[in-house]
Formats: sequence, structure tokens, C-alpha cells
Amino acid sequence: MGRMLFSSQHNTANNDPFERALANRGQKFKENIFTLLVYCCAFTLPTLLVFAAYELTTKCMPTVSKFGISFLFNHDWNPVSGHFGALPFLYGTAMSSGLSLLIASFLGLGTALFLTEFSPRWIQKPLIILIQIISAIPSVVWGLWALFELIPWLQKYVVPFLKDHLGFLPFFQGNFYGVSMLSGSLVVAIMILPIMISVTIEMIKSVPSIYKEAVFALGSTHWESIRIGVLPFIKKGLLGVAILGLGRAIGEAMAVTMVIGNKPEISLSLLSPAYTLSSVLANEFAESTSELHISALYEIALLLGAITIVVNLLAQLFIHGLEPLDFTKLFGKENQKKNLS
Amino acid sequence: MRVAFYRFRKLENILVQLLCAFASFFVILPFVLILVYLIVAGASSINFDFITQLPKPIGEKGGGMANSIVGTLILMGLTFLIGTPIGILSGVFVYEYGNEKLRKIVRFSADLLNGTPSIVIGILVYGWIVSPMHGFSVMAASIALSLIFIPLVLRTTEESLLLVPKELRDAALALGIRKWKVVCYVLIETAKQGILSGILVALARIAGETAPLLFTAFGNQYWTYRLDEPISALPLQIFEYAISPYEQWHRDAWAGALVLLLLIFLLHLSVRILLKKKS
Repeated sequence: MGRMLFSSQHNTANNDPFERALANRGQKFKENIFTLLVYCCAFTLPTLLVFAAYELTTKCMPTVSKFGISFLFNHDWNPVSGHFGALPFLYGTAMSSGLSLLIASFLGLGTALFLTEFSPRWIQKPLIILIQIISAIPSVVWGLWALFELIPWLQKYVVPFLKDHLGFLPFFQGNFYGVSMLSGSLVVAIMILPIMISVTIEMIKSVPSIYKEAVFALGSTHWESIRIGVLPFIKKGLLGVAILGLGRAIGEAMAVTMVIGNKPEISLSLLSPAYTLSSVLANEFAESTSELHISALYEIALLLGAITIVVNLLAQLFIHGLEPLDFTKLFGKENQKKNLS
Repeated sequence: MRVAFYRFRKLENILVQLLCAFASFFVILPFVLILVYLIVAGASSINFDFITQLPKPIGEKGGGMANSIVGTLILMGLTFLIGTPIGILSGVFVYEYGNEKLRKIVRFSADLLNGTPSIVIGILVYGWIVSPMHGFSVMAASIALSLIFIPLVLRTTEESLLLVPKELRDAALALGIRKWKVVCYVLIETAKQGILSGILVALARIAGETAPLLFTAFGNQYWTYRLDEPISALPLQIFEYAISPYEQWHRDAWAGALVLLLLIFLLHLSVRILLKKKS
């Protein structure tokens, strides 16, 4: 390694000042080329993001100018007659990701507590490795599993049970055809669980055990020691984990598309099919022909992108505790100058 | 009174523990079930034809996904070629070059892109490459995958550079060595294990991505070796077969899922071996 570093200096180690200057210039040239390369690579992503924002906003202009804000509140989606409203998809995305988050956050917290505190030592490591393996499973495989395993199981055992005991609720009305809001939310809940559990476990482990031991020393039970000595320190982080899971759930496309039923209708019943922002893109984008239809899909993509970006930023804010989007520091100096002048 | 309170606390303690145990049971059970089911269903429908033959029309016996397997490997290779230099050099930039403001912009845009749903990335690349070139292509697909790949590599590169002792870099610079040589032969050389494992994890992640391929790679029933033609990939083929109504295609989808998972686990396993060698 050392020889490589100095080799050029060895080669040019003669006393002719002219040749030395020439070699030095060659070195400087290489240095500049490398710096230029680094700058070019580093600014690929920011440039592409600007292009992306431009692309999405210009391409959705036809729908924006035709429907305006009513695009968001119209529940009619009919490519044939040229009526487009995003409400069914907004509702479907909100409902399915909210429901899956509700399921996943409680199960995730319970599992994380069990794996760090309550379970016997020997079981922890294999289970944590299992969770890591599961988190590597791609979303299309989850969809496959949900389609052929989860839905038949729901159809056979869960839905009859729900209908018998909770059938009077508006959430469990109507016929169950398998593909439904319930199946979509469940598969997304299972998909976002591994990452939520891993992050929660890391957070619980990062709390110094002194606090817990102190509470123990005062004569608390095991649960009280966690409630008083651990949970208050990670409250904000837990909220961050939930929002992180929400971001994943909103952006999830393939598995949801396969099991949610793809029907642009708003129904309170969890047993009826629904549609989400990402699954309408997955289904219709490649087949759209009319200009208005394409533009409506671009507007949906813009909505989806904007929502996930906001959610992810919030998650970062809570998990790391520092502002990822520090406008005051980024642009503060210019503002000060402007104020002065 | 006091005794009752003690009893209540003890009961509460046991109840919470039971609840947590129940929660983990309900979480772990589907995880074990899906792994077992995937392996059983995949292994029972995989055979030699599956990994050597092209897909056949429904009704004909045999046929496989050879072109999809090769397609996934081609896409991974191209993404690796495009994404690795950009990812590593951006990571170097965030660690070493520019000022705090520029670094923040680069880091922030990587985070934004990392949080963007992959289907939106597919739509963007469709607008940038597929529709101007009037056709789905391998090139477009690998660029879409690179957009997912680069932010991941950038982050892991920066993290592993941060683990390099600061003295090493300072000593090298103090010897009067050019900055680019310090970067290439000291920083990257020292952090290469971390960077490499980051790249492998990112490759494992993009191997299973389906959504961006829908509008870029599109899928293909035959072999392709050209950059401007549509190509098939394992996740695409699994998706297509899973939503089809045919029993035989469903079995092929399970076999494809098993092959895809084996590929992903192989990458993760090599990361583990790499990191073990380090310590």
C-alpha cells in the first residue's frame, strides 16, 4: 500500500525542476478530475429529485386544471367516461395503512418487550435471527403467501367467527370474497412487523440498565421496572417507529395489489374489496391510454410521493431526535442577509 | 388493603408478561409458517426443467423460468455497475468533501429517495426513459433499480467511513499525500469490508423489488441480451403467475419464490461471513 501511495513521487524523484513541476501538474490534474467525479456523483441524486418533482407536477397538470381540488374529494373513478376522483384510493390507503399500523404497533411492542425482557435467554437469539430473515422476504412473495394461505384461512376460520360474534358492527357487513380490506391490512401488518420489532428492540437495549435496576431496588415488579425505568425514555422513539411503519405501509404496492380486491369503492366494511393509491398505479399505469387518465395517475403518484415523504421525515424526526430538514440552518444565512439589506 | 394492593401488582405483572408472550406468539407463528410453507411448496414444485427451460404456454408440460432467473441476475449486475461508483463516491463526498450545507443537501436527498415508494420510482423512470425511447428496456429497469440502490450504498459507505480512525486519515494527509489517493488507498481501503457488505445488502433488497419493474422491464417470455429490449425478472414472473387463474402457474410461482429467496439469503449469508471475518 505504501509503495502505491508514493510510487509517483519515486518516479519523479530527479533534480530537474522543470520535470518536477510537470509531474506536479499531472498530479494536480488527477486530483481535480477525481474531485470533479466525486461532485458529479454526489449531485446525481439531488438533481434527479428536482427533475422528479418537475416531472410529476407538469405531467399531472391536465387533471389539476380540469378537476382542481375536487379531484381529492370526488369518489368517481371511471377511465371510460373520463371522470377521475382520488377519494376511494385515499380512503383505501388511509384505512389499510391505519389498520395495519394499529395491529402491528401493539403486536410489535409486545414482541419486542418479550424478546428483550421477559423471554428466556436461549430463545432470544434464534428468534431475533428469524425476524431478520423474515424482513428480507420481498413483498411479491408476501402477496403470494397471502393469496394462497392467508385468504383461505381467513375464509375458513376467521370471517365466520367475526360474523357470528361481531356481525352487528358496520365493519363486518356484507359478503366476504377473500380479497378485501381485511386481507390487505393483515398482510401489510405482517410485512411491517419485522422492521418495527428490530428498531424497537434496539431502542429498548439502548436505555441504560441503571434506571431499571434502581426501580427494581425500590421493590418493583418486573413490569413496573420496565414501565418506570425503560418506557418513558423511548416514548418519542416508539412514536417514530410507528410512523416509520406507517410510511412503509402507505408505499407498499405489490402485496396489497394482490389481495385488496382493486375496486374503487368506499365501504366501511372491512370484508369488502377496496383500492389504494399504490395499487391503482400498479394496475392501471401500464394500460392507460387517454391523456387525462395518465395525468390522473401522475397526480396520484405525486400524492403518494408527497404523503410518504412527509411521513418518513416525521419518523426520522422522532427516532433520531434531530431535524433532518433543518431549513433554518440550510437557508438561515440568506434570510439574515435579506433582512439586513 | 396492603395485601390486596400487592396481589394486584403481582397480577398485573403476570398479566403483562402473558400479553407480551401472546403477542410474540401471534407474530412468530406466521413467520415460521410462511418460511416452512415457502420451502415445502417451493421444493415440491421445483425441478431441473424449471431452472433450464423457458416458460411454456398453459397446458403444456414442463417449462420453467430460466430467462427470469438470468434476467434478475442481469438486472442486478447492471444495477451494481451503475450504482456502485455513484453510491460510494457520494458516500465519500458526504464524509470528506464540500461544506456542511452541501453534505446536508446530498444526505437529505438520499433520505428522501430512500423513503419514496418504489412504484413512484418506476413511474418516474417510465417518464424519463421508457416513453422517450418508445419501449420498455433493460436499461430503464436497471436505472430504476439504481435509484433504490444508490441511497442505500451511500448511507452504508458513510457509516463505514465514520468507523475509520480519524488519525489514519490525518496521518496520510500530513505526509503530503494527495487527497484522492488518501480517499482511494486509505479511507476506502480501510472501510472496504463495511462498504462491500452494504452493497451486498442493497443488492439483496433490489433483487426482490417488483413495483419499479412493472413499467420499466415489463417482462418477456424469451431470452434477451440487448439493453433496449424488455426483460423478464423473477419477481415480475412470480407476480404474473400468482394472479393468473392456472394451477400449474401457481406452482411455478412458488418455485420462483423459493429461487428468489435462496438468492436473497445467499447474499445475506455472505454479508454475515464477511462481517465475521472482520471481527
